[in-house]
Amino acid sequence: MADISIKGLHKTYPGSTELATNNVSLEVAEGEFMVLLGPSGCGKTTLLRMVAGLDFPDKGSISIGGRDVTYLPPQDRNLSMVFQSYAVFPHRNVRTNIAFGLMMKKVSREELERKVKWAADLLQLSPYLDRYPANLSGGQRQRVAVARAIVMDADVLLMDEPLSNLDALLRLDFRAELKKIVQQLGSTTLYVTHDQVEAMSLSDRVAVMKKGQIAQLGHPITVYEEPADRFVGGFIGSPPMNFLDGRITQQGALEVGGQSIAAPEFLARAAARTGGTPVMVGIRAENISLEQRGSEGSLDAAVEVVEPLGHATLLTVDLGGQTVKVQVPATAKVSAGETVGLRFEQSALRFFDTETQLGLTA
Amino acid sequence: MAAPDAPAAARPHVPPPGPKVRAPRRKGSSAALLLIAPSIVFMTLLFGWPMVSGVLQAFGGPEGLTTANFTRMSQDPYFWSSVGNTLLLIVVMIPIQFVLALAMALLIRAKPRGASAYFYIWAIPLAVSDLAAGLVWLTVFTDRGYLNSLLASLGMQPVSWLAYDNYPSMFGAVLIAEVWRATSLVFVIVVAGLQSIPKDYEEAAGVFGASFWNRLWHVTLPLLRPSLQTALILRTILAFQTFAVALALTGQNFPLVVGETYRWYTGLQDPNVASALALVVMAVSMVTAVGYLKLLRDQTEAAR
Repeated sequence: MADISIKGLHKTYPGSTELATNNVSLEVAEGEFMVLLGPSGCGKTTLLRMVAGLDFPDKGSISIGGRDVTYLPPQDRNLSMVFQSYAVFPHRNVRTNIAFGLMMKKVSREELERKVKWAADLLQLSPYLDRYPANLSGGQRQRVAVARAIVMDADVLLMDEPLSNLDALLRLDFRAELKKIVQQLGSTTLYVTHDQVEAMSLSDRVAVMKKGQIAQLGHPITVYEEPADRFVGGFIGSPPMNFLDGRITQQGALEVGGQSIAAPEFLARAAARTGGTPVMVGIRAENISLEQRGSEGSLDAAVEVVEPLGHATLLTVDLGGQTVKVQVPATAKVSAGETVGLRFEQSALRFFDTETQLGLTA
Repeated sequence: MAAPDAPAAARPHVPPPGPKVRAPRRKGSSAALLLIAPSIVFMTLLFGWPMVSGVLQAFGGPEGLTTANFTRMSQDPYFWSSVGNTLLLIVVMIPIQFVLALAMALLIRAKPRGASAYFYIWAIPLAVSDLAAGLVWLTVFTDRGYLNSLLASLGMQPVSWLAYDNYPSMFGAVLIAEVWRATSLVFVIVVAGLQSIPKDYEEAAGVFGASFWNRLWHVTLPLLRPSLQTALILRTILAFQTFAVALALTGQNFPLVVGETYRWYTGLQDPNVASALALVVMAVSMVTAVGYLKLLRDQTEAAR
């Protein structure tokens, strides 16, 4: 087990002028589960491939456990990896697939058998050890890929969207199982996904990537509650955070859609000096509650769509020309066309600069 | 039984007797017959008929069927040496060609600068006729050829490469010419096979600690097996038929089995023995192909 230290990685793929990763630095502590999260093309897989040694950076360095591995080939890095396509060898049966890395390391026969048995038991593959991948379901192949990775006792476990090829139900099951296994192993893990729910549920820390750079790095709940910029807030969460054009008046009120509520201290103070500033207000759907229309401290809005989801009801409302998603308890009685009052939970309000889109904090 | 592709609802639970059920089936089979009729006619005319007449000729004689042609064939002084030469050529040439083709294909897969140019250059011999290839190499190996000119300009003694009493150099010349001419076939098949293997497998093997040779042996070659099998069968059958290159380079000095067929037919004017020889080549080719298929059977194939 070892930590990963990534410093100033630049990478441009041949034939492209855009940087796949642009000066990325990241420290993954020993035993930490780090998730790289981002939309496709953000450079997260490139970063993982450079840690694996499947691609080499143009500039920067990677060290694993204090050893500089930047330009070492993958076989000299003591890694293991789960591929998005699984890459389970079709010409080897389950047993020899799981044992592949151990055979390359030339471990003794007894140890090899013991480890394969342990991994097969852990991943419920014992009945299939003599089968070939062609006779396995997608979920079972996925398990073989994970088993092959965990028998290695590698310094670092890398996973490239391992759940993306599973169907929704299987993905949910296996996500929890994967978390349990990785916790048991306690290995340093770098996990790439574009699914924010996966990132939230699995990670110790998450690095949200955008256009080859890390937009925010932190504990998943922090990233969820306090997005560093508009991109992160809009990418994480379902539905994504609401963004509203607003204004802090000189009197210290927050104006949204022609109505106003109280603004936080630090913004009010600044606005008093400058004579009012435009801001972007961010608020998550679940931090908005319904009130009687016209009640004190709430904003009137017209309900446009009502979507019952079972555990809650999702409303699309119109607030002075801006669309807002509101999540209310399933018991709430609302119908489309009604006018309601919206109360924003003060502590959950986030503010962003209208120019830079970066978060504003006290 | 109803047609297997009939919808389940259309299939009667208890097959009622009479022509009612059989009628559509007969109609179906006659339509199928009609559709394959052109190919049956072509196969019969262009493949079946020559083969039957060839077999009849091989066993034909003035007094009906006989094996005398085979006896004459095997008693000919050139026969066993031609068999020996052919086998020696195959045994030495095919491994060389496969190693070369594989190396070239792997180089192309590594995508060096100008990879597609290499591909076309290496595939060129595919388009060169074997007699032309033999004549090109004759200009290299003949007594006053390029090779001896080169040796002379370096101040060395010229060698009679193709002299009948210099068997090793004669064999070497035929071998080099054949390797040059026919490796591209293996190369093209192997390149096509490699392209169908996703890079993920090799990358996974690398991540799990496999060196280049381990990756090649444990991952790439097994995944390439179907292509290698095809190339091996084709190349071996074609190697049994090697003829024009050796004829152009050595005339009669390095007899090969198919060359003997040609000699019996044109030189000795005996189509019966020529047919007998051709039949032997065909039988050996078929046995080899079946042997390869059995030997290289993919154990995962049955399951797929």
